[in-house]
Amino acid sequence: MAVEAEYSPDADRIMAVSLGPQHPGAGHFRIRLWLDGDFLVRASPDAGYVHRGEEKMAEYRNYTQNVPHLERPVILDSSNILLPYALGVDELMGNNVPPRAQFLRVIMSEANRIISHMYYLGILGIFVGHSTMIEWAMGDRDFWIDFAERIGGARVTFAYVIPGGVRNDIPPYAIEKGLKTCDWFDRRMNEYEKIFLKNPIFLERSEGVGVLSREDAIRFGATGTVLRASGVRHDLRRDEPYCVYPELDFEIPFLEQGDSWARAYVALLEMRESVKIIRQALKKLPPGSVRLKLGPQPRVPAGEVYTRTEAARGEMSYHIVSDGSPRPYRVKIGTPSFKNLAALPHLLKNVHVADIPVIYWSLNYWPVEADR
Amino acid sequence: MKERRLKVTAPLPEIKGLAAFVRDDLGFDHISAVSGVDWIAHHELEVIYFAGSVKEGWADFVVAVAERVARDNPVVPSLIEVWPGAEYHERETHEMFGINFQGHPDQSHLLLPEDWNDLPPLRKDYVSPGR
Repeated sequence: MAVEAEYSPDADRIMAVSLGPQHPGAGHFRIRLWLDGDFLVRASPDAGYVHRGEEKMAEYRNYTQNVPHLERPVILDSSNILLPYALGVDELMGNNVPPRAQFLRVIMSEANRIISHMYYLGILGIFVGHSTMIEWAMGDRDFWIDFAERIGGARVTFAYVIPGGVRNDIPPYAIEKGLKTCDWFDRRMNEYEKIFLKNPIFLERSEGVGVLSREDAIRFGATGTVLRASGVRHDLRRDEPYCVYPELDFEIPFLEQGDSWARAYVALLEMRESVKIIRQALKKLPPGSVRLKLGPQPRVPAGEVYTRTEAARGEMSYHIVSDGSPRPYRVKIGTPSFKNLAALPHLLKNVHVADIPVIYWSLNYWPVEADR
Repeated sequence: MKERRLKVTAPLPEIKGLAAFVRDDLGFDHISAVSGVDWIAHHELEVIYFAGSVKEGWADFVVAVAERVARDNPVVPSLIEVWPGAEYHERETHEMFGINFQGHPDQSHLLLPEDWNDLPPLRKDYVSPGR
């Protein structure tokens, strides 16, 4: 085949191997590898095994009916995928979302960021053979899932963020419990740092592995932790503020190294900031209503919007076109995993086979989110 | 579109030049998303490149480079040379809308099954099974 001849005059040396798609640890996704012994010459990602046509589905349902199915691609991060949709519909309708709802949107988004990052660090642990990390992360993640469940009423798919506000108010005991969870988690993260991120064995496996330079990260349109680990201080929570983020005090962590370790460490630093945000937002929560009454079939004027927010994995964007009818004319979901896909074949080049899992998962690529 | 959003367009032969201008002179260094819209009543397909910037002070701005082509022969130049990150976005738009991106290295199916043998699914005249 032409691809093989491209890499070696001696085509016999190159072996084409398919990694996946039967859930190679992290989702239904295939990477085609061209190997020279233990050495990876080229890789080609093959997405689409979990494509469900969310964008076509959205054209058959009205703006309210779209809420529960649009969160399905990222059940770990379900509030963050709904937030730009809600912001987009609010913008089209000119909704003035009550302040309490805006605070609750932020609280839920940050809780989801922690839930998603915990999953990410846990799976990264098991990918490098560090089983303590997956046990700890999966166990502790449940405290945040409990926190989200007290607010949203479900463990992972809450359908909580809706156009016009949030679905329901936070019960008073959830605020108290949430503040306790924040205090406990602050201490807990120090232990993660010691046992996993500063662990010599993990450092050996991840430092200098899969280095993405600043220029390449920008050129390929990388986003989220991948971009910030490559030395770019870009976060839409600060750069294109939405909801009540300007009223809260938090930092945007970023690192210069651009390797797999930096991508993991940025995630931990971000969780620290998320805890800070949740604590402040829970304390500042203003009184008032949490949703506007839009009716079962909201009337959305004709128009076009492009909204984006910072989800756990990076920039989540929606392009919504309305023609004035009860259903959207077009909904385009731009997910961070899909945006990071272009960097994957660039990083999976001239590396050893043993480094593939670390590089692949350090990008925080979630196939379901990419395929939609 | 709201403030800090700008939609620009140009005749098809000049779209690459416009994109290069948006990248080099305005500083919009990466592609945030590529979207398509099927304007079936006007017999046109629209391709929109949403370009973002990581530059301090410009990070909240989005420039949308839009182009419209006839529905029966949708051929547009690929903008991978300008924004390498657009590769998979263009491939998705190709299979979902049947738009041919001239100069794209690989327009095989990405999200759809390899044996998909129907209209491009996001066109308005494609009806989902059971609808």
